Amino acid sequence: MKSNKPDVGPLLEIKNLKKYFEIKGGGALGRKKQILKAVDDVSFEIYRGETLGLVGESGCGKSTLGRNILRLQDPTAGEVVYGQENILDYSKKQMRSLRKDMQIIYQDPFGSLNPRFTIGQIIGEMYEIHGLAKGAEKETKVKELLELVGLDANRYHSYPHEFSGGQRQRVGIARALALQPEFIVADEPVSALDVSVQSQVINLLIQLKKEMGLTMLFIAHGLNVVRHISDRVGVMYLGKLVELSDTDSIFNEPAHPYTAALLSTVPEADPEARKERIVLKGEVPSPASPPSGCNFRTRCPLATERCSQEVPQWQETRNGHFTACHYPLEKGETLRDAIAQRGNDADKKMNNLIMA
Amino acid sequence: MLKVENLVTGYRGKEGFVRAVDGVSFDIKKGETVCIVGESGSGKSVTSMSVMRLVEFENGEIISGSIEYMGEELTTKSNEEMRKIRGAEISMIFQEPLTALNPVFTVGKQIVEAIRYHQPLNKKQAMDRAQELLEMVGLSEPKTRLKQYPHELSGGMRQRVMIAIALASEPKLLIADEPTTALDVTIEAQILDLLRKLREEEEMSIMLVTHDIGVAAELSHRIIIMYAGKIMEIAESKELFEQPHHPYTKGLLESVPKMSGERGELLPTIEGTIPGLDQMPEGCRFAPRCEFATKKCHEENPPLESKRGRQVACWHVEEFLKSEEHHFSRKEDSIEVK
Ligand SMILES: Nc1ncnc2c1ncn2[C@@H]1O[C@H](COP(=O)(O)OP(=O)(O)OP(=O)(O)O)[C@@H](O)[C@H]1O
Ligand code: SF4
Ligand SMILES: [Mg+2]
Repeated sequence: MKSNKPDVGPLLEIKNLKKYFEIKGGGALGRKKQILKAVDDVSFEIYRGETLGLVGESGCGKSTLGRNILRLQDPTAGEVVYGQENILDYSKKQMRSLRKDMQIIYQDPFGSLNPRFTIGQIIGEMYEIHGLAKGAEKETKVKELLELVGLDANRYHSYPHEFSGGQRQRVGIARALALQPEFIVADEPVSALDVSVQSQVINLLIQLKKEMGLTMLFIAHGLNVVRHISDRVGVMYLGKLVELSDTDSIFNEPAHPYTAALLSTVPEADPEARKERIVLKGEVPSPASPPSGCNFRTRCPLATERCSQEVPQWQETRNGHFTACHYPLEKGETLRDAIAQRGNDADKKMNNLIMA
Repeated sequence: MLKVENLVTGYRGKEGFVRAVDGVSFDIKKGETVCIVGESGSGKSVTSMSVMRLVEFENGEIISGSIEYMGEELTTKSNEEMRKIRGAEISMIFQEPLTALNPVFTVGKQIVEAIRYHQPLNKKQAMDRAQELLEMVGLSEPKTRLKQYPHELSGGMRQRVMIAIALASEPKLLIADEPTTALDVTIEAQILDLLRKLREEEEMSIMLVTHDIGVAAELSHRIIIMYAGKIMEIAESKELFEQPHHPYTKGLLESVPKMSGERGELLPTIEGTIPGLDQMPEGCRFAPRCEFATKKCHEENPPLESKRGRQVACWHVEEFLKSEEHHFSRKEDSIEVK
């Protein structure tokens, strides 16, 4: 499964995308307006037919990024290029026809389906909105879809509450697939599910992707799930993309210290897999008042003075491997080695971590 | 140290009485960390809430069975007696630390109260001890934290405060119910690290309740696998992962994508869904989803018994293990052919 496919070319190009929110807070009376940079200057490409995984801690901007690419929210700045056109310039009407090509699957299989409508209505609505099918034809199409996602076509008249969590997630997937989109943002589609049901839905996504040639942005915080399903993986921290590469390279040879630390502490279902844990100290700072220079420097074991002054550039440090760090890890170098070798105040930095 | 036998706990709901935990037996030894692992509705939290006798406050009721702590029967204790035990002997931490802390009191006041509940210290001494505890759980700037209110702290900090309060009484048994589920991965790593230290340094017994088999693998000596209100299997952690003896355990372990597994392949799955409390199957609860199920499985409930040196509740352990061996030797063959 080779993922770097320059021959196929990107389906979407995201250029310097920003989404800022104005929030209340700050100031003595909490009235001063603050700017929260939920997504801050993110650039990357999504290749045709790939599954691009997106990981990062809560609040780092994954969902906001996904929503802004689809223009479910209007970005503050940047471009999303699709078929040589910046869709951020599209009119309402143009967006409407684009909707057919781009869909979203949400995390919450309970909240995202209207409880007062039947499954048939919920999915069938997609055809009606776009004037593609109605009546008996619509019903046939919806029933085909239900079977495609592994649900009984006879459940056409059932209501969401009559389904289990996993089944509801299948309904959400069927709805997203109704118009045969090219691109899907799957925002934590399996996070709310029990493991034994989670694997069923993961399999469904893998199969559908193969059969329909879907391109998918797969957002999740479970690193094992993302690793399993993705061709390439992007890592976000505090509104920024800090690393992006093909899956094996990210998981075997991470370049960014954040990625390396994150991977070292994944609880693994294998007591034999004793590994060197590097536990980051401290908390993720508030996105409303991020640190100067590199966002990650307050928790980074490799940070130097330079990191507090200069924002690290997003660049291709190895072939096809993008990182934003002044001191990325070399291929094959572990974070622990890097901590031990670099800088003269290595001891102080060791102190900043809990090693196990 | 803790011995639970044939515990049955139920809830009164709209649909009448349902048994959330149905005949559960296990024990925890001194200094041992035991994990109860299960999916939603498996009864893992209800089990821990029963040990603390907290189910009664949530419309629940321990219907039968015994919970013996250090030789004393807990199920027949009065509320007053239980409160003493909860304050001193057994402590509990929960998934959502915000709801467990009192929002109108400072962190310091809450810890001091917990300390003075069972230690004759004056305010000043208790405050010093509180600060010590916050340092012990790795909270930065403990002096400042003492003066703060719960909502001024992050989720990870609140969980540390909860752990500090739980440790205030120097309990012999710590019950932790999904202590990291609500936390971010890097914060989860910090809390797991803390629990690991406590386990090693404090000689405390820990009962950890989690849905995450990875967390269980990292921390526990023994693992209890629950499904639909019953225990399916109990094993030493290492042995469980080496060779599950119950078809459900195997299905559960295999359906989790491994960090070193083959990517992009279809994952092994357990077909079907977890039964609701009001539609429990007769016989073995796992039978409707089990590939080894026979008529007997659908009719008679298999007891948790010692089989092949393992505690397991399944009528067909032998057949299951045989098929595993078969599978395994087939795998070996194919490697040789290559
Ligand atoms: N409409 C909004 N108004 C103000 N702030 C917002 C809004 N939507 C998101 N944010 C903020 O933007 C940041 C990024 O949020 P986002 O939901 O994208 O994170 P996420 O990575 O998807 O997190 P999670 O893993 O919890 O889903 C957060 O700090 C969030 O509070
Ligand atoms: S730029 Fe500096 S602070 Fe940021 S990740 Fe790299 S080394 Fe760490
Ligand atoms: Mg999100």
